[in-house]
Amino acid sequence: MLKLIRTRINQGYRTSSYPKKDIQLHESYRGRPQINHNCDPELARRCATACPQDAIDPEKGLIDLGRCVFCGLCERLSEGKFISFSTNFELGVADPAQLLCDGNFPDLAAHSKQHFKRLFGRSLQLREVSAAGCNCCEADTNVLNTPFFDLSRFGIDFVASPRHADGLFVTGPVSRNMKTALLDTYDAIPSPKVVIATGSCALSGGPFRDSSEIVPLQDLLEVDLFIPGCPPHPLTILSAMLKFFKL
Amino acid sequence: MDKLLPVANGCMLPRKEIPVLDFTLFRDELLAFAENGGYIVQFFAFTENTRLKALAVLRKDTNLYAVSCLLPDEYQALTAENSKFHLFEREIAEQYGVRPLNHPWLKPVRYHANQRGCQDIFGNDYKEDIPGNYDYFRVEGEQIHEVGVGPVHAGIIEPGHFRFQCIGEIVLHLEIQLGYQHRGVEKLLTSFPFKRLPIVVEGIAGDTAMANSISYAQAVEALSLCHDADTTARTLRTAALELERLACHVGDLGALSGDVAFNPPAAYYGRLRGEFLNLLVILSGNRFGRGLIRPGGVTMPLDEKNAALIVAKIQEVRPEIIQVADLLFTAHTVLSRFEACGRVDRDTAIALGLVGVAGRASGINYDARVDFPTEKSGDFAPCKHIRQKGGVYSRAWVRYEEILHSLDQVEKLVSAANLGKTITPNPVENLVPDAFVVTLNEAWRGELSHCVLTDAEGRIARYKIKDPSFHNWTGLAMALRNEQISDFPLNNKSFNLSYCGFDL
Ligand code: SF4
Repeated sequence: MLKLIRTRINQGYRTSSYPKKDIQLHESYRGRPQINHNCDPELARRCATACPQDAIDPEKGLIDLGRCVFCGLCERLSEGKFISFSTNFELGVADPAQLLCDGNFPDLAAHSKQHFKRLFGRSLQLREVSAAGCNCCEADTNVLNTPFFDLSRFGIDFVASPRHADGLFVTGPVSRNMKTALLDTYDAIPSPKVVIATGSCALSGGPFRDSSEIVPLQDLLEVDLFIPGCPPHPLTILSAMLKFFKL
Repeated sequence: MDKLLPVANGCMLPRKEIPVLDFTLFRDELLAFAENGGYIVQFFAFTENTRLKALAVLRKDTNLYAVSCLLPDEYQALTAENSKFHLFEREIAEQYGVRPLNHPWLKPVRYHANQRGCQDIFGNDYKEDIPGNYDYFRVEGEQIHEVGVGPVHAGIIEPGHFRFQCIGEIVLHLEIQLGYQHRGVEKLLTSFPFKRLPIVVEGIAGDTAMANSISYAQAVEALSLCHDADTTARTLRTAALELERLACHVGDLGALSGDVAFNPPAAYYGRLRGEFLNLLVILSGNRFGRGLIRPGGVTMPLDEKNAALIVAKIQEVRPEIIQVADLLFTAHTVLSRFEACGRVDRDTAIALGLVGVAGRASGINYDARVDFPTEKSGDFAPCKHIRQKGGVYSRAWVRYEEILHSLDQVEKLVSAANLGKTITPNPVENLVPDAFVVTLNEAWRGELSHCVLTDAEGRIARYKIKDPSFHNWTGLAMALRNEQISDFPLNNKSFNLSYCGFDL
């Protein structure tokens, strides 16, 4: 008992005061891309050719945030002169067209559907399905339940039964072998329901795009909220959900 | 033994040097090797000019061997005589449509069509996207009941199916059917353009991104000859691998505590796990180290300021981890659940060829960092953390000892004087033709191995990955025998195996 109390005192209170206070991530972190539209077109083309995800449109100066895995190669190649990554972790978008990013981010809160705010703004129960996710998106979603993020203080919870859920939270590129289970889970959620796609895999197939063993999520379900990243930072997921459902 | 070719971890060999035995001899050699204290690192099939071949990489003590053979379409299963071959043979049957006769339990591993486009061994046409399309093992009897769990589980975790045969609360048999996570990784690694490969490799199993990236980088470095990583790069890669281990082990101890409803350590370790992910951000810009390791080195140097940050954080969290461990490992409620639960005795562990934490908890004296050191792990204070009893307690305690060991190693690595300058590697374009390489590294779950064969044009002809979970899932099934079904989550967590690393 004494040990319990001593450890409790030593550990103290750890829950972050986000979103009331901003959190500054370490400078190495690769968050929102900044794109220099005046850079040498040759440099932009070199980045586009090298990009492992073929996520860059060099002519229009766009990054497809659905495909991008934030590997940092384009920033390194262009020495930040074409693309550089800021530590801003807010990446969520409500409209798939907005995934094609020119460096400006539309305000997610303004683009989210009002009826979702009314329906789920105070209480949101989600059923997560990992459909061939590599355990990064899963881990960084799970981490929202640790004391630092303490997700339930916002009235958002991940639940076990789809019958208790208001929506589906999908991670992974959706393997053929998980398609049925994913769709069954979706069907078991009572309407009206929301679908959140998290991570490059769920958004575009990610590293596994073009594999004959996967079925793109967008071919199966209509997605309401897109959260880019590989994996998205827990704060990226949290901020997207707060903006989309609450603000 | 003289039929086997000694090979070195991470060293390139011309393919023609690998002995090709007649199948009967190959089979006898493998069985004799496995019988006499040897283990199977890799055993897989591949095609060579339309001929079907099998290749095995074997290890005994600190020696590695390679041997191959022409593989007939049907052959007498090795598994019938030695269980170390069990999953390997099922995998070969599934991937190449070869039938091992008298295999005691032949069923799909991942549920996908074979790579030769020949008759499916399991009679599936894959029009239905349901894995595990076969009869499960059943125990019969009036009091027997069956419990099926998954693929979608209660928590935020990867999918897999568990089928329990129970009498009352007692589990007689657990059958684990995976494959839901199959993304065709091995095929992608032979068909995608080179620039995509490091990204695919990082996604094989995200929690093992560092170990997989290192294994891939070493393989490509060996196969491209001129692409060796410098000392600084090797130091940083080793540090990243140990940080990955720390994050996972610390998280596991917290989760184990949560599974026995002792919440304080679960909360503390849950937060402390995040500290290590944040250290990986400093090192790589990503919480799982993605983007850092590429063939030829690392993409980011570590400056003195950031090195100091990492060292300071290690020094800050070490006493916290020790204090929470003291809370966890002395609580009566925890001990009464951890001890004598989910035991895998040493003989069973050896028979199955368990690796990593699970193997060491059952008294198997093997750690690839010590026996086949790579990168900077050869500089570590040699240390194998062995327990004998092979239960949940042992698996938890081995993790704890490894945490303390890895903390020391990271602190030493990062403060090593040679940090700072490292050359960012250029993408590799050409590999040596007709070559072979195998790499072994101790991922946080245990021995991870990549094996690559190139063709006459220097393209990757076959890429074989073996995650430690490939050996250890069967260990979990054995641990559950005669345990209460309610102890399944605890046992499962004590192994914490990879679904996607297994499913590929
Ligand atoms: S950071 Fe994104 S856009 Fe840039 S190279 Fe990597 S995947 Fe491509």
